[in-house]
Amino acid sequence: MEEATIVTRNLTKKYGDFTAVDDLTLEIRRGEVFGLLGPNGAGKSTTILMLMGMTEPTSGSVRVCGLDPVRQPIEVKRRVGYLPEDVGFYDDLSGLDNLIYTARLNGLSEHDARSCALRQMERVGLAEETAKKAGKYSRGMRQRLGLADVLLRNPEVIILDEPTLGIDPSGIRDFLRMIVTLSREEGITVLFSSHHLHQVQQVCDRVGIFVKGRLLAQGDIASLARQLFSGSTSEEGREYGLEDIYHRYFEGGTVNEDHTATK
Amino acid sequence: MKTTLQQNRFFSAAYWKEQLRRLIPAVKREFTTFRSSGAAPGVFRVMVLKEMSDHIRSWRVVILMAIIFLTCVGSLYTALSSIGDVVKAGSSEEEFFFLKLFTLSDGSLPPYFVFIGFLGPLLGISLGFDAINTEQNRGTLSRLLAQPIPRDYVINAKFTAALLVITLLFFLLSFLVIGAGLVALGIPPTPAEFMRILSFTLLSIVYVALWLNLSLYFSVRFRQPATSALSGIAVWLFFTVFYPLIANVLIKAAAPSPYATGRSIYLFERFRFLLMQVMPNELFSQATSTLLMPSVRSLGPLTMEQMQGAIPGPLPLGQSLLLVWPQLTGLIALTMICFILSYLAFMRREIRSR
Repeated sequence: MEEATIVTRNLTKKYGDFTAVDDLTLEIRRGEVFGLLGPNGAGKSTTILMLMGMTEPTSGSVRVCGLDPVRQPIEVKRRVGYLPEDVGFYDDLSGLDNLIYTARLNGLSEHDARSCALRQMERVGLAEETAKKAGKYSRGMRQRLGLADVLLRNPEVIILDEPTLGIDPSGIRDFLRMIVTLSREEGITVLFSSHHLHQVQQVCDRVGIFVKGRLLAQGDIASLARQLFSGSTSEEGREYGLEDIYHRYFEGGTVNEDHTATK
Repeated sequence: MKTTLQQNRFFSAAYWKEQLRRLIPAVKREFTTFRSSGAAPGVFRVMVLKEMSDHIRSWRVVILMAIIFLTCVGSLYTALSSIGDVVKAGSSEEEFFFLKLFTLSDGSLPPYFVFIGFLGPLLGISLGFDAINTEQNRGTLSRLLAQPIPRDYVINAKFTAALLVITLLFFLLSFLVIGAGLVALGIPPTPAEFMRILSFTLLSIVYVALWLNLSLYFSVRFRQPATSALSGIAVWLFFTVFYPLIANVLIKAAAPSPYATGRSIYLFERFRFLLMQVMPNELFSQATSTLLMPSVRSLGPLTMEQMQGAIPGPLPLGQSLLLVWPQLTGLIALTMICFILSYLAFMRREIRSR
């Protein structure tokens, strides 16, 4: 069997006494869209930082594309595109210039950088806005610019940290559609972190449910439902969705309705 | 018995040879992995150019440069208007009168080199105080760190870019003064004078780099640019205003009576000198005045014995440089300490989005 793109084994990250990520063992296969679902402060972002080699794990191991992010962070970053939560751009530069700078940081020549940046902006639907200053972009446009920024280096893996935060519903729909297209057409592995069940359910092949630093369950939605409810349909004949699974896990009030359980 | 054996091994050449033999491939391996996992070539240059263009386009730097430029023109004007009197007077430094352009003043404005000592820190602080924290507050730092570049490129590029801007500015100003002097006086500077002016320019760059690195450290340390700017200015104020006050109090308290022994007076003078040497601005002003005034022969206390037989006259450049070598070393060391601090603080930080 082909080795998974992202593998973590007993990954743990502690900040003093606080355990942000606790004994995480996870496998994400090539070409799939994996949803990391959990409330705020569950340790999703910390996990992503460890995958990117931007922070060191306290214990356990990580392999991304067969590389160790602690020892070869630059190689990992060459293959993995990371869209941070609430991505920022240089406001006084145009959207295009921002992308050109990123492309040049990835080692492209000035000429290639420009053509590559233009191509990516077209791809995410920002072809009309190339000359506009990034500071004047709307939230949704910034997020799409962020995706273009990530796509510049032709990544094998894209990691999206809460990418739909603060975008309007139609923007979210477009954005999610773009992610699915990318994954299907280019075979890019996508790690999608979110606390919105519906979005995760819409786009993800497999889901990991993450609460208080622990991965409670992983698998595709149907099999999770089977595990939990012994059968994929409820008594009313309705198919179990992610929402039911989610609620099943958070029964007992660990997570309240708006998922604001925090550290 | 065993300990003696180990000690023997410790002192034997073969043991060290073996250690070295083991060490070299390890170092080589580290080096090659470091090289192979490095960023694409030319990336550092791209980053430095971007930072430089940010500096040059920003209003802050434009305003500061205008202030410094005006200062330079102002002090040049006062120097030129009063230089005629000096030349006529026929002092022992007559041959170095080109340097007077930098040190002369008619009293209405301080001379150029004093101005630089005063405004240089402000320039350094303003170039560095928001280097890292603004980048983080805008959310661009985490995006930048997700690029395939080594992390230290970010802080090194910030430092290099600001240093290049300073270098450019100071060489521009020095050459402007030389040019204006040429036009106004009609006499070219001697090679010795030219070298002195160059050393002075390099010294000013080192001095501003010190404040730049200090503010760079504050920009890593504090999230708010305002806090980091204020901390930088606070340190600067402390050394220009408060530290001399405190030092004076200490010196007065420790002053020996005029009838004390020569040794205790000498020790007191040493103490006073040491106390003053802690200030970076004092280091700078001592070094610049020595470089720009060849007649300065000593910075610390001198005894009559040391003075005996000395012929009053200007020092050659080499001797002047030798005289300020401790000051120069001190300034460079302080600069490096500040940079190492900010480097370490930055490399250890965990960068999250905003």
